Amino acid sequence: MLSLIIKRLGIGLITVIAVSLIIFLGTKILPGDAAQIRLGQQATAENIAAFRARLGLDQPYYMQYLSWLFGFFTGDMGTSLASDKPITELIYDRYENTLYVSSLTALIGVPISLALGIFAAMFPGSLYDRFLTMISVSLVASPEFLTATILVLIFVFGIGWGNAVVVGSIEGKGFFELYRHFAMPITTLCFVIASQLIRMSRAAVLNVMNSPYIEMAILKGVPRKRIIFRHALLNAIGPIVNVVALNLAYLVTGVIVVEVYFGYPGLATLIVQGVQTRDFVLIQGLGMLFCLTYVILMLIADIAAFASNARLRHPK
Amino acid sequence: MSKSKSKNKLTQEHFVAPYDDSVSFDELPDAPPRSKFRFSFTGWLGLIIVCFWVTVAITGPFIAPYGENDLPFPDAYSEFQVPQPGAWLGTDVTDRDILSRLIYGAGRTIGIAFLATTLAYIIGVILGIGAAISNPKVDMVISRINDAILSLPTIMLGLVVVAAIGSSIPVLICTAGVIYASVVFRLARALGQEIMVMDFVEAARVRGEGLWWVITKEIWPNAAMPLMTDFGLRLIYVILFVSSLSFLGLGVQPPQADWGSMVRENLGALQYGTSIIPVIAPAIAIATLTVGINLIVDDVSAYSGGKLSKRL
Repeated sequence: MLSLIIKRLGIGLITVIAVSLIIFLGTKILPGDAAQIRLGQQATAENIAAFRARLGLDQPYYMQYLSWLFGFFTGDMGTSLASDKPITELIYDRYENTLYVSSLTALIGVPISLALGIFAAMFPGSLYDRFLTMISVSLVASPEFLTATILVLIFVFGIGWGNAVVVGSIEGKGFFELYRHFAMPITTLCFVIASQLIRMSRAAVLNVMNSPYIEMAILKGVPRKRIIFRHALLNAIGPIVNVVALNLAYLVTGVIVVEVYFGYPGLATLIVQGVQTRDFVLIQGLGMLFCLTYVILMLIADIAAFASNARLRHPK
Repeated sequence: MSKSKSKNKLTQEHFVAPYDDSVSFDELPDAPPRSKFRFSFTGWLGLIIVCFWVTVAITGPFIAPYGENDLPFPDAYSEFQVPQPGAWLGTDVTDRDILSRLIYGAGRTIGIAFLATTLAYIIGVILGIGAAISNPKVDMVISRINDAILSLPTIMLGLVVVAAIGSSIPVLICTAGVIYASVVFRLARALGQEIMVMDFVEAARVRGEGLWWVITKEIWPNAAMPLMTDFGLRLIYVILFVSSLSFLGLGVQPPQADWGSMVRENLGALQYGTSIIPVIAPAIAIATLTVGINLIVDDVSAYSGGKLSKRL
């Protein structure tokens, strides 16, 4: 078990290195020179050379890569090309919004969707199950901004709760005030992850429910509630943790669209701005941060799958 | 063969199939007879929706009442006008006709998504089947690189590429194509490996059939259905990916119309507009298209074993 986890961590480390290479090289295929873009057409050759030296662009690629990677893991992501501020400072100013929205979404969305999904698995084929499946299929296949628009129409214009854009500061707000502040983005993201989570947790529990030992329990007359909570759920915990981690990874993607939609400053809007201003230092740093979060969540998902399934632990 | 004859044979110790000169080997079925494929109600619904949008996409420039950047009411400029004769869905943030932009956007959104998915399939299937039949070392290198791409959020990869080369329609198609090729690669490789070692393929090879015959007559009929349903699923994801990029302002660039960028342009309508159609219409267009494709895929995959419908 331990050796498997260490092996998986090793693969994770290789993935992180590969990811950092993709991001680094991806921003290096810029046609034209970053210094030229930054300083504009009027810049003299000396100016550009000096700027290149300051950014370290005159060094060979592998040195640039190593110093960037070392900087990233020691908390120095370089200086933004667009605003001349350190990237870490830009992130520090904005990380709270993104962090609060995603963690509140996880806190509220995950338990509710899990409960709905498990309940659907208890009565497969029932009206409730089919209704839930239909809703979640349509939600999976619709873009985040449609979900957001419909929710805004229902809650903001229909019932009169909340606001279609997020305004004001979050300074000194408590849990419930924070939730009210980000009500619409959180609700939207909850729906986005719920659509996947319900389907996947339902499938995970149904998978366990179809195994022979459950059939045995049914045949010997164990009541349905006891089968679900004592027999099935304990074995489904691993797959469910796996599903939850996978869906939190989806949040990384969802949060970008939602931040732009509701127009509040967060890390995702920062990276979109970075792309628009071609601030490649910012994109490298933030892109790496997002991908790292994603890879770590995937890693947790994998380890949960290992821990729960003896067949994966002892492959043939 | 007659019934009485076979009945007599059954009394023997071991059952031996009666030899009959009238039966030639050509007539022996080598696969169970094909069940007839029928669409369910939801399948028909999906097919109608998708056909509708494809027709709109193809005939777009001919049926649109205005050009995509024309103003229906040049004399009375006002943003977000409500639906009225002359502009059946109202006007957008710069007073252009929503209906016309929706029709032009259909061609662009569907065209980009379709080309990107096709590209993803060309790259993915060639590399995937290639990896499946090539030597293990090559296979491992390609697969590891593929795993690294798969372990990144797609939108993040899109952002990095757009930041590096800028955004245009060819760039968008290639980016989406390459990103989604990684998923197709995994499927094609798995399918290739699985089918190549199956008994009937081996039997065909032992029988002395050529590689082309094996591929077209043995492998393709078995790989076609999973690949086709997966094509539908991939199309959905590519549509969502391209629309999301456009929504972020990094996909199709204004003034060209595209469903994702239309939502972005008209987002103000929710705040100040007299009409919310400018935001809701393109968003619903995307959703109906993707849900329509999904309904078809569900039907087809249920027919071909139903394993893929769980993958969405």
